[in-house]
Parts: sequence; structure tokens; C-alpha cells
Amino acid sequence: MAKRAAPEVNAGSMADIAFLLLIFFLVTTTIETDTGLSRKLPPIDDSQVEPPVIKQKNIFTVLINKNDQLLVEDELMELKDLRKAAVEFLDNGGGAGEDACGYCKGKKDPKSSDNPDKAIISLKNERETSYAMYISVQNELVAAYNELRNRRAQELFGRPFHEMELAYDDSRSPEFKSEKLKEKIEKIKLEYPQKLSEVQ
Amino acid sequence: MSKFKKKKSGDLPAISTASLPDIVFMLLFFFMVATVMRDTTLKVKNDLPFADQVEKLDKKDLIMYIYAGKPSDRFQSTFGKEARIQLNDKFADVSDIQAFIEAERASKREELVPYLTTALKVDKDVNMGIVGDIKTELRKVNALKINYTTRNGDISQNKD
Repeated sequence: MAKRAAPEVNAGSMADIAFLLLIFFLVTTTIETDTGLSRKLPPIDDSQVEPPVIKQKNIFTVLINKNDQLLVEDELMELKDLRKAAVEFLDNGGGAGEDACGYCKGKKDPKSSDNPDKAIISLKNERETSYAMYISVQNELVAAYNELRNRRAQELFGRPFHEMELAYDDSRSPEFKSEKLKEKIEKIKLEYPQKLSEVQ
Repeated sequence: MSKFKKKKSGDLPAISTASLPDIVFMLLFFFMVATVMRDTTLKVKNDLPFADQVEKLDKKDLIMYIYAGKPSDRFQSTFGKEARIQLNDKFADVSDIQAFIEAERASKREELVPYLTTALKVDKDVNMGIVGDIKTELRKVNALKINYTTRNGDISQNKD
């Protein structure tokens, strides 16, 4: 008997099968976007130590009431003006002598904050405040800090702060985890520390 | 005469589709590799608010997710319309958060525990009361690093 060649399998439908799988994965894929505002909660403090007295002028109070209205320093304010007001407060630099702030560009109003290190933003919300409004306010306050840090970094190192942080965290950049860059970032963070306190 | 006729046929040669499966398979493998299957089924409405000062969260394995929002439509008959917390696949109570964090910590290697971050995925229509409760619970178990997960966009989109 002559050997018979095995019949060839028709591969024409291979593409169809592959397409079917492809479409399944296309539909189920969610390129996850995990971005957000990072915050650190204060630890529960049950020690009996008296909290240090902070001068009223160094505190910038922001209150969001249950109707999502903003009360900043006891005055009603629109959300769009919040960033500017926060920048003005942080960058005021009204202190004298030891508390003077050499790099601040504010009005040096003695009734406002001494220097960015002393300036504290106090955020208070009510239980009925909507989460969307709360995030908007948080975003504006973080933006105020970022604006000042960017400005300072531009002055000192000729590049914005967020770009420096990106370069530090990006494994492809030549400055990935470089000590020199870290020093610069720390310097900016020290000059404009994020002091955002939330009233419980 | 037939010699000439043959040449005259102007049909285009059929394009070979033999490499089509290869191309499709290539795409298929790309999507198979890029796919991250959601490990929890959302039972709450989760329409995140917008913010533009965001930071990226990397290291997916070091994140604990807490969801909050109104129960989705098909659960509203049993769970009502009041905002609820979801941990893993179940609706949970505020008091369950501590146990949840402890369980998450136990499942990670010990040296990684200090780097754990809690991502709060909260619907934008939720009131701050429930968020405040979650934060208090997190402080009790000393899980202080949190991240309000948001979508990247202008905050004016938050109003409506």
C-alpha cells in the first residue's frame, strides 16, 4: 500500500478564533488609572502633653458647610478664589527677626502668617459636606503649595518642582534616585512644607 | 491565438491572508498581557471626583482598596439607598475596617507593611460623614497613608 499523506487541516478559521479571543480581551481590559491625592492622617494622640500655642495669624481656617459653601477666615469665598487666597497666606512672610522669610514674595502683612514654615492651613468640614466639594477644596490647597514650590524651584534650579519629582521617580531618567536631586527636592519641601491640618 | 489570450487576463492576484492569524495573535497576546482582571466586583456606585494635582500610585500590590458609595441599582432593594462601604466583595460596616486592614497586613510580607497605602475610592455624591468615619477607623489601626483616588481632570467637573 502506498503511504497516504495526512489530509491538511484547514487553517482558514484560525483568524476567526483569534479574533474572538482578541475581542474578549479588548472588552475586559481596563487600563486602570490609579491616581489621586495622597495624604497622611495624623496619628491618634492620647498623650497629655499640651499642644503648642499657635498664633491665630498663622492659621488659615477653611470651613466647608453642609451646603458646600466655603468659609475662609470667617468670610464667604468662592472656590475659584481659594487657591489665590491660600498662596497669599502661605507666601506672606510677615515675620521679623528670626521668623523672617527671605524668599517670600508676599505682602509682608504683619496680620498674616510669619513664614511658610509656621503657616498652617486648617480644614474643617461637616458630616453633610459632599465628597466632591471636599476633594475640590483639597485639590485647590495642594495646588497652592505646588504653585509656591514650583516657583521656588524655578528660581533656584531653573526647573519646576513637579518635573524634579518626576525625574526622581522615573527609572528611565538619568536622575533616577540621584542623591543630588533628592537634596534639592528636600530643600524645596523644607522651605514650603505642607502643613494641612484637618479638624476632627 | 490562445497564447495571447492568457496574458490578457487582468485579474489581481489574491492577497494572501495566511499571515492574518499571526497579526491577530500578536494583538491578542498584547491584550492578554496588558489586561488586569478586576479582583473585586463593585457593588456600589463609584463615580470618582476629579482633581488635577494628582500623584500616581504605583506598586499595585501595596494598596488596600476601600470603596464607598450608594449601592448599585440591583442592590438597592436589599441594601437601601444610603451610602455604604464595600470591602473586598462584600458590603461592610465601619467597624469591619479594622479587621480588614489587619487581614490585609497579615497577607503581606512583614517588611512591606509600613509601605501599605489605603486608597479611598469614594463616589462623589457621598457625604463626608462616612469618609470621616473611615478615616477615624484607619487612624485607630495606624494605617495613616491614604490616597483619595480621583480622576484626572479639572475640578469644575465636580459640580452637577
